[in-house]
Order: sequence, then structure tokens, then C-alpha cells
Amino acid sequence: MVDPDAGTALPDSTPSDTAPPDDTHRALGLTDDEYGRICGILGRHPNHLELAMYSVMWSEHCSYKSSRIHLRRFPTEAPWVLVGPGEGAGVVDVGDGIAAALRIESHNHPSAIEPYQGAATGVGGILRDIFSMGARPIAVMDPLRFGPLDEARARWVAEGVVSGISGYGNSVGVPTVGGETVFDETYADNPLVNVLCLGVMPTERLVLGRAEGVGNLAVLLGSTTGRDGIGGVSVLASAGFSDDETDADKRPSVQVGDPYEEKRLIEACLELLDRDLAVGVQDLGGAGITCATSETAAKGGAGMDVLVDAVPLRQPGMEPFEVMTSESQERMLAIVTPERLDEVLAIAERWEVRATVIGTVTGSGRLRVVDAAGEALADVPAKSLEEDAPLYDRPRAEPADLAARRADRAVALPAPADCGADLLDMLCDTSWVWSQYDHMLFLNTVEGPGGDAAVLRLKHPTTGADTGRGLALTTDGNHLWCAVDPRSGSAMTVAESVMNLAVVGARPLAMVNCMNFGNPEHPEVMWQFSESVDGLTDALRAFEVPCIGGNVSLYNESRGRDIDPTPIIGVLGVVDRLDHRPPGVRLVDGGRLLLVGATVAELDGSLWAARRGHRGRGSLPTVDLGAVAATAGVVRELVASGLVQGAHDVAQGGVGLALAEMAVASGVGFTAARIPDHAHLFSESAGRAVLCVGADQVRPVLDVLEAHGVPHSRIGAAAGDRMVVKDLFDVSLSEAVAAYRDRLPGALGAGTTQG
Amino acid sequence: MARHVAVIRFPGTNCEFDVVEAVTAEGATAEIVFHDATSLGAADAVVVAGGFAHGDYLRPGAIARFSPVMEAVAAFAADGGPVVGICNGFQVLTEAHLLPGALQKNAGLKFRCGMVDLRVDSSDSVLTSGAAEGQLLRIPINHFEGNYTCSPGTLAELRDQDRVVLRYVDNPNGSVDDIAGICNEGRNVVGLMPHPERAISELLGSDDGRVLLRSFLAA
Repeated sequence: MVDPDAGTALPDSTPSDTAPPDDTHRALGLTDDEYGRICGILGRHPNHLELAMYSVMWSEHCSYKSSRIHLRRFPTEAPWVLVGPGEGAGVVDVGDGIAAALRIESHNHPSAIEPYQGAATGVGGILRDIFSMGARPIAVMDPLRFGPLDEARARWVAEGVVSGISGYGNSVGVPTVGGETVFDETYADNPLVNVLCLGVMPTERLVLGRAEGVGNLAVLLGSTTGRDGIGGVSVLASAGFSDDETDADKRPSVQVGDPYEEKRLIEACLELLDRDLAVGVQDLGGAGITCATSETAAKGGAGMDVLVDAVPLRQPGMEPFEVMTSESQERMLAIVTPERLDEVLAIAERWEVRATVIGTVTGSGRLRVVDAAGEALADVPAKSLEEDAPLYDRPRAEPADLAARRADRAVALPAPADCGADLLDMLCDTSWVWSQYDHMLFLNTVEGPGGDAAVLRLKHPTTGADTGRGLALTTDGNHLWCAVDPRSGSAMTVAESVMNLAVVGARPLAMVNCMNFGNPEHPEVMWQFSESVDGLTDALRAFEVPCIGGNVSLYNESRGRDIDPTPIIGVLGVVDRLDHRPPGVRLVDGGRLLLVGATVAELDGSLWAARRGHRGRGSLPTVDLGAVAATAGVVRELVASGLVQGAHDVAQGGVGLALAEMAVASGVGFTAARIPDHAHLFSESAGRAVLCVGADQVRPVLDVLEAHGVPHSRIGAAAGDRMVVKDLFDVSLSEAVAAYRDRLPGALGAGTTQG
Repeated sequence: MARHVAVIRFPGTNCEFDVVEAVTAEGATAEIVFHDATSLGAADAVVVAGGFAHGDYLRPGAIARFSPVMEAVAAFAADGGPVVGICNGFQVLTEAHLLPGALQKNAGLKFRCGMVDLRVDSSDSVLTSGAAEGQLLRIPINHFEGNYTCSPGTLAELRDQDRVVLRYVDNPNGSVDDIAGICNEGRNVVGLMPHPERAISELLGSDDGRVLLRSFLAA
């Protein structure tokens, strides 16, 4: 029986009787209506523990209550999809008996408050999502966005986040093979720390978080449960930031990570699954034990009794609501049959992982929290915590000044006096970031960070047999495009990913997304969100790529200002024959330069325009997705056939920056022509790539391009120690290399001393 | 030809599978030996693999040296058996006093992962016997505590006895005398910070590690 003092029964179900008795629910992040909804489910008032459980499960972070209604529009099906959105990770069949699990998440708010631990625990959380599916995590990618480099706080956050990823990721033993690093004023008070993880498993080992079989036991594996991270999902992740003082108060909501605990947890869990000792496995992330127990029970169509007093605690005196909502890191829940319990405990002991029975699967359909005396402290329908969460169709409104903004075109800005200087300003070598990450572990990394997409050898996860094929991964986002037009900008982002895969010879297989947006209670933000979902959907359909999972991060706002809409996508691709390294972002002396894809003189949403203060204005073209798909297909074919010496996707910074990046990366200059003006040089028209082709291969490459009717132009040749575009700029390569190489070390500290 | 390699795995080790793959590709067999083992079985060579043994807590290798398996490794080394410690394995071997000196934090106080150039400065060790002195090798590093240090007396001894087997061409971490790898007096125990097992194919960017692994397996 539930504590009668706290959970008074409703005399009847008239609305007035569901009025909250006090403000506790609001402090926990629940509205009055949501409180009433809980009363309707329970047929009585919730007690404090129950209220705490609903508050974390119905938080924006856990329930997607503002976004679910839109996310349904994504295409999610394809013959190779084994698990779509809604589980710990999406899973696709990649052939040879291998399944790949993919997931992306945000850890934006914890990283804003406590950069090192925020980022570290972000890595830890995503790894658990992957190995809870039965897959060994083999690669991580980190798309990162910080405030401007000239702001001290932004530098502090950037250094802390990179150290956190390095400290946790390297130690836990999963290579970080790529990502993005962007510095922009829109992220000054609200950095974006997204993290993507890829895992592989034998197809037959796919595990789902299900608690089936009445009498089965719920075994909590890993760390003790402490007061860290209580209400992280509701207090921290589901509200914006206001001022520094309040934000400091939120610091105890950030958890502290222990990569060594996680490493042992990975090995112990994978061994449990190898030996078929678990019915289901679920990670403990946001909303802690409440989420893991209710989700496994609900998905298994069962109930669960949670023995709250059995949970090993980090500190004495913790209240049941704290135990049930703590987000202490490095914990997993395994559902095991009583007969196999001893074997499970033995494996845990071998890996020095704590293992405790904390619950029993019941047939009641209810999640009951029971104390040592057998008294029920909470008793709610297990399904209601997830499935009955409110669903909001929040008001959407396009910006009032949209028409005026669209009329303000960046091509009208004065032409630059010196395109070369503008170009040097854009060059930025991100190796300061990724040289701090182990990107080579597992002997898979054929193309690591710094290229357009990472390329990994595909080996069978248990036999180690080399398939001779590869997996490719890219993460992309462009808030400048999306600030102008969230729909077209999002579609262009998918186009960029597809081209990033094409230049390494990969075809796209599946996409995951992390939707980083502002406050959903602002109608303009919800309009951005909905438009972005439509843009992604259009592009996914055109490229025939399913969405297999995603994460939504809302309330990315600070001091009342929302960030620019920033959908980040991760796309997994396959290289069908990995018998040579991809050409890479480089020029080869004597090579001929081809620009593939159509260029339009347009600058709205471009990096060049943003550097002149023109942002969020003008209009993006409607992307010709069919043309992009055709161009990407031909580029992929050329790369796979080995006809290309260097290949680079054209995106931010246009063909100018693409050429310059190829030059500084290889130490070979170029001379180009047929780029008539700055608008063509810095245009970010979608679906283009620069190819460097040996002189004797030009004819066969042109034949392929012509046969497919793909627009292209011969723009010059690679050679010398200068970067020249006729009539636009002439810059020394060494000056460009210095600008490229020194930007991050100059701002963030030199890193390791040489010599 | 050493045909059976014991690859030591502590909780927190993460390069054990890579070492198995690399030595297997050279024709050896390998087994992973857990840290609580008291015997190395039928092994005729030992690799202490990289990673973060016991989380590197306290200090890299400081806890691992007390693992039961290290007694077996020490006995194996004392009998003249070939032992190589790679990265964290090197740190463990110094903590276990099978090699002199210590590895401190990189001079730049940052973790560093990337390809470096090494020079073979002595081919008189189980790891370098097949390489030519002066030969340059491209092999990746991946460490935070790779900055080798030792007393002036030890350094003089290492030099006099030609026990610095590998040096960095462009010192990435502040190691004294550009030291990347050393051997013991018996020349059967080698420790190095770079990862030869990560340089086993052109597809991965270099196959220069193979000459070292082949030497080791032939020892």
C-alpha cells in the first residue's frame, strides 16, 4: 500500500480534485496540467516519490514531448534496417553477418556548466547505448560547437570539452575517429557537445532492453548510486540558462565520469551477452533507475518490483526519490533468469564490476518501488512513465520579419578588396583537437579525423575476419544555412554528408540526427524545428537513406536568446571494396583540378557573408536533390575506381576554401581560373566536389562525368608554392599553411612542445 | 621463431586485440592472458599491451605491477624470454623494474595521438634485430605519459651499453635524449611508447611496424 499520507486518494475524478496541493511539481519541472494528468493515470494524487519519477520521465529530455509529433515524419524504413528509432541505438545490417549500431546524443548543458565532466559523461553515455544493444563500440565522433575563439569563456569551455573527451574516450578504449569543431558567436553561452558512437556485433546477437519472464531478476551492474546528477534531465537538460549565479547552482546536476569503471562494465556486459546470460540489457542514463526499470518492464509487457533498499549507495542517508532518479554514471541493468544468476555474478566479479539484484520482473504491469520491509513506496503503471507522457503540438510561427530578411541578399554586399585575405581567415587546422584523441585503436582507421569522412575497415566483431569492405562515417551541421532557411539548410546538410561519403568512395546507408534547437516554447523555434524536420525528410527520401535514430536537445538558449537552429546529422556509409586508401583532401603536384557539380553565384548563409555580419538573412536555393545524388554517385564511382588523386567536398567557404584546404594539407599549391568573382569563389551551392586528377587520367574522368551528364569544369592545375585564382587572389602557400596550422594552437595553447 | 605469444591483459588494457591481430598476421599464434594468471602457459614470447591498466589510477603501471601475472612475466624475462612492453606496457615494465627509468607526462601536458618518425639506434635487441641501425620507421604514438626520464647515471649507462634502441626524429613528448624505446641489459626485454602493432599495413598508413614484430617473433 502506498503511503497514505503523501498519496491521498481522489474522492472522484473531477478536474478540481486534481489541483496540485503545493508547488513541488513545479520545482521538479512539471506543469499543473501534467500534474493533473498523473492524477488521472493513478486515480489519486501522486506521492513525492512518484512525482519525482514522473518529473524525470516526462521531462523534455526523456519524453520528447515537444518534438515527437514532428519526428514521426522521418522515413525510417529500408530493407537493411534491423532496429529503427526508439531503442537505445539504431541498427542496420551491413552484410557478412555483421550488424552496425549507431546513435548520436547531445551533452550540451552539462558541458556548458562543467566542460570536462559534461563532455566525458557524454562519451560514457553514448557507449552504454551501443553496448546495451550487444554491440562493441568501435568508433566515436564528436561534433563540437563553441563560442568565438576570442572569448575567454569559450576557450575555457573548448579546452575542457576536448580534455574531457580525450580523458574519457582514450581511457575507455574506443577510438574517436572524427567530428567537427566550429566556433561561432551563436554558441557563446550555450556550446553544443554532440557525440556519435558506432558499434558492431554479429547480427544474431542483437539485444533489446526487454524485461520478459515473470520471476526474472533485474541486476544492477557497475557504479554505486550517489547524489550526482539528480534531476539532470529535468533541471539541466530541459531548461535554458539565465544568469551565471543560477547556472553555478546547477553544477551538482552534472555527473562525474569514471572511464575505468565503464571499460570494465563494457567487457563484463559483452561477456554476458557472448555467453547468452542476459534476457535483456538496458543502460542507465537520463532518469537513472526509474527509466531503466520502467522502460524494460514496459517494453517487455511486464511489471517490476524495484527493491530500492538493495541499491548500493555512494553515500548514506539517500532518500528513495534520490536513488530512483540519480544519474550516477557507469551503471547498467541486466535482466537475467534466476538459474543463470550465479554465472552472471561470477563474470561481474572477474571484471571487478559490482552486481546487485535490485528487482524482480512481475506480471502486474506496474512499476513498484518497494522498501526492505516490503512496503510499496510507489506504485504506478510501468507504461505510463513513457507512453503516457504528454505530447505537445507547440505553437509554431515563422519569424515576423521573414519577408524582409529574405529580401536582403548577400550578393549585394561589396566585393572584397582581397579575396586572399578572406580565405586565409577561414583556414583552420583542427588537429589541435583530434591529435588529443586516440583515433587508431582497433586497427580499423584507414581515414581518420581531418578528412571529409572517416573510413574504417569492417572486420567481423567476433571472428576478426576482414570483409575487405569498409564503413564510412561523417557528421555534419551548418547553423548558418539553417538560420537563413531551416528547411533548405537541413536538406543541404544531408547533401553535404552524402558528398562527404562520396569523396571517400562510400554510399550512404543510414542517418542519425541530433536536433539542437532553442526554447520550444518560442513559436519561432518550433517553426525552425518543424521546417528542419521537413528538410531532412525531403533529403533522406531523395537519397533513400533511412533515419534510424536521433536525439533532440531543446532549450539551447541563454539570457533569452536562442541558438541558431543546428541539426547535426551523422551518416553511416559503406565502402564496397576497401583495397586502397581514399584519395583524401590533397593535391598532387602536376594534377589537374576539376570542379564537379553546378555553382550558382549565391552567398546567403555562407561563411563569407557571416564574416561580414550578414547572417540569418537572404534565402537559400531549393536544393536539386536529384542532381546532388547523381553527382555524388559519379564522384563515388571515380574515387572507387582509383582514377582520382585527391578529392574534397565543397561546402562552407566554397570552392575557394576547398582548394586552399587541399593545398595546405599537402603542401602543394595551385593555379586556377574560370572562377569569375568572389560570389563564385565563396558560393556554397550544394552537391559539389573538387577532384585532383593525374594529367593522364583527365580524359577517362571527363568521359565518366560526361556520360552521366554531371556538370563540371576544368579549373586549373596543382603545382608550385602559391595559391592562385586568376584575377581574384595570389597567396603564398607558406603563409596559408601558417594561418591554417597556428589558428587553434595560437588561441588555445600550443599543445605539446616540439624538440 | 617464437610461435606462441602471451598478450597480457589487465582490466583497462585496450590494445590486446590489436596485438593479437598483428602478431597473428605475421604467422604467430597468440592468447590473451588475464592479469590474475600465475602462469604464462606455453608462451614463448610476451607482449604487455597498451591501454590504461587499472585505469592508470595513481600512476600508469603503479597498480598493474602488483598483478599476479607480473611475477610470471618477471620470471619469464629472467630466463631470457623475449618480452616487449608497448606504451602502457612500457610504463608497467618500468614500474615493475624490468626496465629502468619512468614515463612522465608529455612536455606539452596534452595527450598526443599521431604518426611519428623513429630511428633505429640499436639493432641489438629482441625487437630491433631485423632492422638496420639508422633505419627510419613511421609508427604511431598514442599517449599522455610518454616522456621518458631517468637519472643521469642511468642515461649514461643506457648510452654506454647501446640500450636506446629507438629514438624520435622529432621529439613529440619531451623524452630525455629523444628516447622512444630501450632494452634491458639482457636485451630480451624492450619497452617502447610507439605502437608497432598499429603500423602493419599501408591501408592503415604504414607497415613499418612489421619489421619490429617479425624481429620479436624470431627472437
